[in-house]
Amino acid sequence: MSGLDARIVVHRPGFALDLALTAAPGEVVALLGPNGAGKSTALRALAGLVPSGGHLCVDGADLSALPADRRGIGMVFQDYLLFPHLSALDNVAFGLRCRGARKAAARREATGWLDRMGLAAHAASRPRALSGGQAQRVALARALAVRPGLLLLDEPLSALDAHTRLEVRAALRRHLDGFAGAAVLVTHDPLDAMVLADRLVVLEAGRVVQEGAPAEVARRPRTGYVARLVGLNLFRGRVEVREHGPVAVVQDGPSIDIATSLRGEVFLSFSPASVALYRTRPDGSPRNLWRATVGGVEPQGDRVRVRLDAPGRTVAADVTPAAVADLGLVTGSEVWTSVKATEIQVYPA
Amino acid sequence: MTRRRDGNRGRAPLVLVLPALVGLAFLVLPLVGLLARAPWTTLGTRLAEPQVREALRLSLVTATLATALCVLFGVPLAWLLARVPFPGVRLARALVTVPLVLPPVVGGVALLLVLGRRGLVGRWLDDAFGVTLPFTTAGVVLAETFVAMPFLVISVEGALRAADRRYEEAAATLGAGRWTVFRRVTLPLVAPGIAAGAVLCWARALGEFGATITFAGNFPGRTQTMPLAVYLALENDPQAAIVLSLVLLAVSVAVLAALRRRWVSAP
Repeated sequence: MSGLDARIVVHRPGFALDLALTAAPGEVVALLGPNGAGKSTALRALAGLVPSGGHLCVDGADLSALPADRRGIGMVFQDYLLFPHLSALDNVAFGLRCRGARKAAARREATGWLDRMGLAAHAASRPRALSGGQAQRVALARALAVRPGLLLLDEPLSALDAHTRLEVRAALRRHLDGFAGAAVLVTHDPLDAMVLADRLVVLEAGRVVQEGAPAEVARRPRTGYVARLVGLNLFRGRVEVREHGPVAVVQDGPSIDIATSLRGEVFLSFSPASVALYRTRPDGSPRNLWRATVGGVEPQGDRVRVRLDAPGRTVAADVTPAAVADLGLVTGSEVWTSVKATEIQVYPA
Repeated sequence: MTRRRDGNRGRAPLVLVLPALVGLAFLVLPLVGLLARAPWTTLGTRLAEPQVREALRLSLVTATLATALCVLFGVPLAWLLARVPFPGVRLARALVTVPLVLPPVVGGVALLLVLGRRGLVGRWLDDAFGVTLPFTTAGVVLAETFVAMPFLVISVEGALRAADRRYEEAAATLGAGRWTVFRRVTLPLVAPGIAAGAVLCWARALGEFGATITFAGNFPGRTQTMPLAVYLALENDPQAAIVLSLVLLAVSVAVLAALRRRWVSAP
């Protein structure tokens, strides 16, 4: 099989990683997960920098037994690790020289790569003279120059400030589109993952907890971590049909009215924007109405994120700043809260 | 209430200041004495005397050769200690530092016992190749190498430990084997540490006395280095001893200046 086909097994005291990972040629897979989930360890195991069980095949070749320097896997490190004593050009030429290219030939090819990255003018610069975005492109060129069958990127944007990040992210997407091999990207930033990857693999505590196209993962989170990342409220429950319609019985919490034809275990997710808040109990008594205490109020752009605590049910709501003033929302105040059943997405667990 | 960190914290107690000043004077006064008694007017002619020039030349040549040997064998040794977790690495590290604390005379005796004509290795060298090391210029180089190598190993090992190993990992992912990684990444990264170690090493070799006189003797033109010449001259020509001492002092100050940024300036 072409592309990447791997299973990574790493055991350390207090930590176990077991991850099956595939990526087709040209596909970009993002490993997403909280700190300590094992993302970077997985990447280092693929590169051969951490001993690992399982297997690793790239384009049909079994690389499991090979040391890092004979795997032919390109890697872009988190803080790029450009060799400080070499110029940008010689950094890019390094891998070609290691593969036996003559100095002049290696430099010629490296110049081509810098050109493609729009860095021809910086060929002679030492890494410390480069900006973060430029260093990132040199690191990418250095990894790509040896034409790897698999490209690994460890938090490729985390060393950049917010402004540069935007530009570099778009440029990186273009370069990844032009890369014919499989690529695996590690990030804890959902936006990076959504923009750069064709498929997400979410890792928690060394295990895959969710996998799928970015849009699918964003729409239908399956763990609390993913739900927080994509900004949705998430509950898990079992569908029961009552006389007024179906409800989801949530463990340790009140049941939630839903509109679905599904039965059995389901996930419920809804956007913070679909949560309605009232100072007094609203007329007409909508369903899914409960009293909650404001646990936190935090501005996010032109909206305000309000955390609402109630026994067995903590949800996030987005309201306008005006609503915060009207409702007198401060930490500790009590409000009535409701979500329409039709606003709640229901999907099988 | 906040306390001011700088500013007046009271006078420094005399019980500390007085011994400090005595200590400083003790370190500085002998040097002042050397400078005061130097025959400045005849300095040029005395430096040009064949005996002085011969000792100076021999010292520079042997110290430089010893430093070259230290780099050649000390850098790989430092790499081994810093990078390869072999059993007994701690013991090896301790053994490397022994010549630092060993009285140089003892080092010279030990060298004689191993490399002397009837020594463990020396006998074999004599029988097989007709090579004799004691009381030769090569013996001077060996004696200096023995006492100076720990300085280089410690300096380079420290630099290797401080260097970011991840650069070596990055090089490995680019297809560099261990030797290429060492040559093209590790070595340039620790070059300042090697340079500092070599300078220190050279200064130590230049000043070597005890091991040299024990293992190589005191033959003018062959094994009589500057420190040996100073010691000998003190008996019959004190002025020459002062001149030679001045030269060694100048070299020491130059070394200190070369390493200023690395050790002397406090953070």
